[in-house]
Amino acid sequence: MKKLATGAAVVAALWLVNALLTGTLTPATRISPYFLQVLCLAGINIILAVSLNLINGFTGQFSIGHAGFMAIGGYASAYLTVNFGDRMRGVLGFLPEPGQNGVLLLAGIALGALLAGVAGFLVGVPSLRLRGDYLAIVTLGFGEIIRVFILNIDAVGGARGLSGIPKLANFFWIYLFAAISILVVTRIVHSSFGRTLIAIREDEIAAEAMGVDTTRSKVTSFIVSSALAGVAGALFGHYLMYLHTNSFTFLKSIEIIIMIVIGGLGSITGSVIGAVLYIGLTEGLRDFQQYRMVLFSFLLVLLMIVRPQGLLGHREFLSLLPRRWRIGVDAPPASG
Amino acid sequence: MSTFLQQLVNGLSLGSIYALIALGYTMVYGVLRLINFAHGDVYMLGAFAGYYLSRRLQGSEPSLVSALIVMAGSMLTCAVIGILIERFAYRPVRRASRLTLLITAIGVSLFIENGAQLVFGPDPKFFPSLAPRADFHMGPVRVTSEQLTVIVVSLLLMLALRFFILKTRTGKAMRAVSFSLDAAKLMGISTDGIIAVTFALGSALAAAAGVLIGMQIPKIDPLMGIVYGLKAFVAAVLGGIGNIPGAVLGGLLIGVSEVMVVGYLSSTYRDAIAFGILILVLLLRPQGILGRVQKEKV
Repeated sequence: MKKLATGAAVVAALWLVNALLTGTLTPATRISPYFLQVLCLAGINIILAVSLNLINGFTGQFSIGHAGFMAIGGYASAYLTVNFGDRMRGVLGFLPEPGQNGVLLLAGIALGALLAGVAGFLVGVPSLRLRGDYLAIVTLGFGEIIRVFILNIDAVGGARGLSGIPKLANFFWIYLFAAISILVVTRIVHSSFGRTLIAIREDEIAAEAMGVDTTRSKVTSFIVSSALAGVAGALFGHYLMYLHTNSFTFLKSIEIIIMIVIGGLGSITGSVIGAVLYIGLTEGLRDFQQYRMVLFSFLLVLLMIVRPQGLLGHREFLSLLPRRWRIGVDAPPASG
Repeated sequence: MSTFLQQLVNGLSLGSIYALIALGYTMVYGVLRLINFAHGDVYMLGAFAGYYLSRRLQGSEPSLVSALIVMAGSMLTCAVIGILIERFAYRPVRRASRLTLLITAIGVSLFIENGAQLVFGPDPKFFPSLAPRADFHMGPVRVTSEQLTVIVVSLLLMLALRFFILKTRTGKAMRAVSFSLDAAKLMGISTDGIIAVTFALGSALAAAAGVLIGMQIPKIDPLMGIVYGLKAFVAAVLGGIGNIPGAVLGGLLIGVSEVMVVGYLSSTYRDAIAFGILILVLLLRPQGILGRVQKEKV
């Protein structure tokens, strides 16, 4: 009951913030559309970073093909709402328009997450048998193959890109799903299943010797991670109203990796901070665009040399605060 | 049949380029167990070094001598760059986890790509022709002098590398380091020096590939290293990473299969074929064609 109330409070709070930011309540609190867009993209990045951290940070399996799963989620959901949107609206005629939008978006997200999860299963089963560098390069390969295939599907626009996607996602939906992703990953990490994942990260052979079905755990974690990337893709498409495969290249995957590495592999609050910091720096340095990536890559190398565990390492942000300020935090998962 | 032979020649010449780059990947992996993501970008720097050198020499007629100077200059520049990358980026994290090494490599690669866009400008540049060109006809098959140069030069470089690794003292030390870094150190081998030599050699070969591709496909740009680097890496894995003849075999196979796919199927799948091959190899024979299975010890 208490959990339900917390959930309702979060939804209500997000609804209120959304109304305040867009100025539907009073125009005084409206922020500029540019800033709102930056906030929304930051929310999508949070979903991506938190989900990638589940497989990279907590399970210790280095995947660099996250953008591919994001693309699948984006394209699948957009295909649904573009082609069947009107028919679904017809069935939902009894609802007011925001309600129709919400149902449509949820249907799109569900389909996107489902297909991205299935793709995660298909990619994960063969490639998670490999370790370390090989896994990295295979996921990279799969990410590129997914992109090239979408580029060749004419039904979703091919090289022209997919335009005319209805604008269904907004601040409210994006942050609602960011909260859900954080909740899902936190619950997984603190469950007994999460402990098997951390055991695999710390020592795969020892975990296997202790009776952990390593392949099964790795694949499950990969599926969850991919499905959440699909959610992010669906929100991305329905927020920007346009999709092109150029948004989902190898570089996008690297961007997400930079976020979680900055924040700390194996820290959920770390990936949130990393995602916000990354987009904040990207937008803040817009005037120095050509120096931006040079700086980022330099910082990445520097970070690896002086603090390879990222800003927070395996720890969570709250565990850094003095003890009496901590509210309801469990002991952080065992760190290596 | 004549189309097939023609495609085979084209594929071999492209494959030689991949093979030259793949050698650098495989040698570095051999000594450090590191995928040097920045290797493709060193190849790009080689092409640009060649471009600026040949612009310097432009007053003179295109001749074999100036082509050789350009090639040697570019190889030397990149050898130095390779040593610098190893010294300042990889050496500090060498003892850290492999994940840290991998992320460092990705960081170095991004740094070179974006730095190059800043220094050279993002627009493509056009490589001046270095040597007088001609076409040779062998029956129905046409071989351009560029293709012939690529194949011959890479063959010579590979033979030189083979001689170096098998017959010289430094080469022997390199083999020892790749067998076991710690044991080599105990035997009095200067492992830091050998790792530096490995980076220098690999980078020089990549630079040669950069100049050769500049002669064949004159358009060069700061991001050209990404795709070539990835495909060459696939070639190294296909042949068996850490295995030098394997890298050459893998490079040629990737080059030929890519040209065949473009020739007989569709050019949009050009970049997917290498990864498709990679995935098949890793599923069916993860150690690569010529690689040996390494037992994992606890």
